[in-house]
Amino acid sequence: MTGILSLITFAPAIGAALILALRAGRPASPQGDDLARWIAFGTSLVTLGLSVLLTLRFDNANPGFQFVEDIPWFAGLHYRMGVDGISVLFVLLTAFLTPICIAASWKSVENRVTSYMVAFLLLEALVIGVFCALDLVLFYVFFEFGLAPMFLIIGIWGGKRRVYAAFKFFLYTLLGSVLMLAAVLAMIGASGTSSIPDLMAFRFEPWMQTWLWLAFFASFAVKMPMWPVHTWLPDAHVEAPTAGSVILAGILLKMGGYGFLRFSLPMFPDASQAFAPLVFALSAIAIVYTSLVAFRQTDIKKLIAYSSVAHMGFVTMGIFSFDVVGVQGAIFQMLSHGIISGALFLCVGVVYDRMHTREIAFYGGLVKRMPVYAAIFLLFTMGNVGLPGTSGFVGEIMTLTGVYFSSTWTALAATTGVILSAVYALTLYRRVIFGEMTNPALADITDVNLREILIFAPLVVATLWLGFQPGLVFNITASSVDGLLDAFRTAVGK
Amino acid sequence: MTAEALLLLIVFGPLAGAIIAGLFGARIGALASQAITTGLLVLSAVLSWVVFAQWTWGDLEPFTLTLAPFIHVGEFISNWAIRFDGLSAVMLVVVTSVSALVHIYSWGYMAEDPSRPRFFAYLSLFTFAMLALVTAADFMQLFFGWEGVGLASYLLIGFWHHKDSANAASIKAFVVNRVGDFGFALGIMTVFWMFGSIQFAEVFANIDEIAGSTWRFIGYDWSALDLAAGLLFIGAMGKSAQFFLHTWLPDAMEGPTPVSALIHAATMVTAGVYMVCLLSPMFEAAPVARDIVTVIGAVTALFAATVGLAQNDIKRVIAYSTCSQLGYMFFAAGVGAYQAAMFHLFTHAFFKALLFLGAGSVIHGMHHEQDMRRMGGLWRYLPVTYAVMTIGTLAITGFGIPSLGLGLAGFYSKDMIIESAWAAAVSHGGVAAFAFFVSLLAAGLTAFYSWRLAFMTFHGTPKWAGEGAHGHDDHAHDGHAHVGHAAASHAHDVSAHDDHAHDDHGHGHGAHTPHESPASMLAPILLLAVGAIAAGYAFKKQFVGDYQEAFWGGAIYNAPTNTVLEQAHHAPAWVLWAPLAVSAIGFAAAWYVYIAREGMGARIAARRGLLWSFLYNKWFFDELYQATFVRATKLLGDLFWKVGDQKIIDGLGPDGVSGVSYALGRRTGRLQTGFLYHYAFVMLLGVAGLLTFALWAWRA
Repeated sequence: MTGILSLITFAPAIGAALILALRAGRPASPQGDDLARWIAFGTSLVTLGLSVLLTLRFDNANPGFQFVEDIPWFAGLHYRMGVDGISVLFVLLTAFLTPICIAASWKSVENRVTSYMVAFLLLEALVIGVFCALDLVLFYVFFEFGLAPMFLIIGIWGGKRRVYAAFKFFLYTLLGSVLMLAAVLAMIGASGTSSIPDLMAFRFEPWMQTWLWLAFFASFAVKMPMWPVHTWLPDAHVEAPTAGSVILAGILLKMGGYGFLRFSLPMFPDASQAFAPLVFALSAIAIVYTSLVAFRQTDIKKLIAYSSVAHMGFVTMGIFSFDVVGVQGAIFQMLSHGIISGALFLCVGVVYDRMHTREIAFYGGLVKRMPVYAAIFLLFTMGNVGLPGTSGFVGEIMTLTGVYFSSTWTALAATTGVILSAVYALTLYRRVIFGEMTNPALADITDVNLREILIFAPLVVATLWLGFQPGLVFNITASSVDGLLDAFRTAVGK
Repeated sequence: MTAEALLLLIVFGPLAGAIIAGLFGARIGALASQAITTGLLVLSAVLSWVVFAQWTWGDLEPFTLTLAPFIHVGEFISNWAIRFDGLSAVMLVVVTSVSALVHIYSWGYMAEDPSRPRFFAYLSLFTFAMLALVTAADFMQLFFGWEGVGLASYLLIGFWHHKDSANAASIKAFVVNRVGDFGFALGIMTVFWMFGSIQFAEVFANIDEIAGSTWRFIGYDWSALDLAAGLLFIGAMGKSAQFFLHTWLPDAMEGPTPVSALIHAATMVTAGVYMVCLLSPMFEAAPVARDIVTVIGAVTALFAATVGLAQNDIKRVIAYSTCSQLGYMFFAAGVGAYQAAMFHLFTHAFFKALLFLGAGSVIHGMHHEQDMRRMGGLWRYLPVTYAVMTIGTLAITGFGIPSLGLGLAGFYSKDMIIESAWAAAVSHGGVAAFAFFVSLLAAGLTAFYSWRLAFMTFHGTPKWAGEGAHGHDDHAHDGHAHVGHAAASHAHDVSAHDDHAHDDHGHGHGAHTPHESPASMLAPILLLAVGAIAAGYAFKKQFVGDYQEAFWGGAIYNAPTNTVLEQAHHAPAWVLWAPLAVSAIGFAAAWYVYIAREGMGARIAARRGLLWSFLYNKWFFDELYQATFVRATKLLGDLFWKVGDQKIIDGLGPDGVSGVSYALGRRTGRLQTGFLYHYAFVMLLGVAGLLTFALWAWRA
């Protein structure tokens, strides 16, 4: 099975190359666009199939990296790939969401379809690369280049203020990237290696850990995003096309959380412990603050974007609880949020495609004309609210439980999130779905069609299945998380 | 069949019905949906009684059937399971019986509603969640059921989702319950770290080790078990609509009446009482938490009864009555008489469901009129409803003759609570004495508002004959010109009650003569009437009498020092007769005001006295919460959004990077105000820094 990771990573890139080879330079035509769509969709399904195979062949009992590939590159650098229990599911999540995104863009993206599909496949390749890379430099390359397609997707296929949003997105991430690059160089200089497994075993001096931790934190905090560097996200979401939002919320935000688990905790354990109160404070603020802001939004997408920030607050707090329940909960919360928030953005897309507005006030009474849509939206709203039985609950209660042991204040503040999420999510649902249908423009709105139902179906199944059987995730992540926390405790001497 | 197999059928039958009716209702049609859900529920109820009989008179042992793992991470271990013991046996019969009867009743009551498959699917889904709650073997499944019934309640309160008032009420119910669940969730976390487990059995086995120790929480050292039990009780307060968290229950009456009977009277709202009884091993070792339970329960019993005196909507009167009776159950548990609390939960389910379904029959017969001021003299037109409502009223007022030991269901359970409060007051005084005093006072008030309801509805001169003469405007005018209209978004206003169902049902508007309900509605009420009469007499020995220890089989724990139940049986004669006496006074007062001097009630209301206004406006809780919590949430949300995010963070971050803001052609004039926001940004960082320091300093 060696080589499967490279295959998964570059399969989308091959699809992109194929599209370019067939379509580059030719004038856009409906047939040509369809060809691009089908190639992209087919490629993403192949990638998904390979990722499923990867997950099935994955040895749950092994806490270390598996399917490792190591090829010397140049100047002492290596091309190193590998996955452990923490990263393998993010590969699967990416591969799971991409075909859904491509299917969701089928009708809604009509302009420059070829480039769009190429950008999407490249995005998938780079993001999977982030989760597979076992070399610091390789990771950095994937991590930073991964933003470029997203930047283009927002900047080209976005809404009216797309340039502003893309620029803001860029500006924030640039700040993080510069600091992280400096840290990467310093780490290689100090340890003499860029191998992630080796770096995990290397002990940096405490003072150095502090600076490295802060540099990585700057980058990951922007990605998550954490308060107060979160304001790029609502703008990016509002301007991004539906599928862009799905990937943004579903995958890109997870790169920050993944980074904390892969770098901050194992490589800078002392600094992580020292800075945990900072993370707790920012997480608790994020949960309360952005939930309140979400409540006041008038744009559906902005509301969901703000709620994403709040949900990521649970993740950061869970990771820095250094407790097995909290960390497992954080990983689960990331996967679950990837599914639920992705689905919520798709729900927005359904009505946006029909009415071309995301103003909450425009809608109301949709249940009358769109009962199936109302039911689907309800399920994901409940997932967002963290109702037991949906995957949204498991991550929340576990991250809260984890952080309780470290800081009851943080747990107390964060638990108010369960009240506030109900406030904003149910208010949104009521305004869009319930009530009398007073807007005459909605009189002919149609319910979800078969294509849309097929897009939602896997997300519905995943939300409920993981809600009742979260062990599907924990079985895979358990030994790697135990290994991570054992090493952490040894390092900090607890 | 083994008991295990029966329980699987009992629990999963309603789920199957919900799934079939919910997903395929449109395809198989309303009739099939109704038949399938109702059939499965009746089966579930019959089997529950079979199991209950085996438990009570047979030799069934308690057991826990583990079905599948839920969460297994570290010590955080939860399973999907069915726990069977004395407590769950009682809850199973209560839940499935009332649910089955409500399903049947809804055939008639909802006959003209176009969304019947959805309605029956929700009812069955609710039942499943409630069964998952009462058969949980650990805190996670308990919480699953707890929030699951909350979801069903939300969906059913908002069942008529074109009505804004219904939507507002459903959100209010969910959010207020979430406030309770905030405490509940923190309680679960506390239990987990305290005991290293969230399994009931393991927690209860280790109570003695924790008892007496302290627990550090938000910077203070708390008595460990008092903290855990107290936090969990906040959850119970939300679900059972206790003082402070009660405001959602009256509004929940926006839902169809069968829903009110099932969820907001007989079953879901009793989940809090069930939880306290289930956790009796913990509460027995948490004296402070128990005192809190006692006080909250007693205050609620009194508060809700006073509000019930002045309401005119027939369903709201019963809703406040429910609130009040739940208060009785809580202070019974608080003084240590968990058995009495469960007994009252059991009998209350019958007579309160009866009262609600009877009220539904009245509303149905009155063409969706809910205002009692427009009723009167109905006994002639709805004789069966009148008869059963009278039985229900006698039951809730606890009518019975102490010297003979004979009475209706409420007589046994409610008097047992009052006697327990007396016993606790004698041995401990303090809050128990307060509870005892309240229990008598509230019993008098209960009699007053219950008989007031009966008299205004069924007796006196008919006020509905001249319906056309004083139309809807008039009604809206005098009924609801009360203080606090600013809070209209809150849906605490009942004025919308009379329009919804007209849309849904399209009864002939011309014919306004009240009519008796169809057999499908009367049959379930008559069955409940049997329970309201006999449930107390039939089971008093099992629940609170000589057989109670064997009956509960260890599911309820009494500390060796807790002899309240025993002593309650030796209450002196005056304690036995006092409830009857105060009820008689309440009855007489109601008779005087609403029969002998008919119109006196209206005159009192017309004067709008201070006390009357206070009660009529429910102690102004909605207005208070509107002015504080709701307002603060909105203000803070706007502040954080428009000032925090847009001006401070963006103003300094991306937009503040000079050149960028110009390049993007955004607002000018930023530079002039920029200074202020730089300043604010520094302050913001300071806040974050201080919080960080605080969390570091209070690591515990």
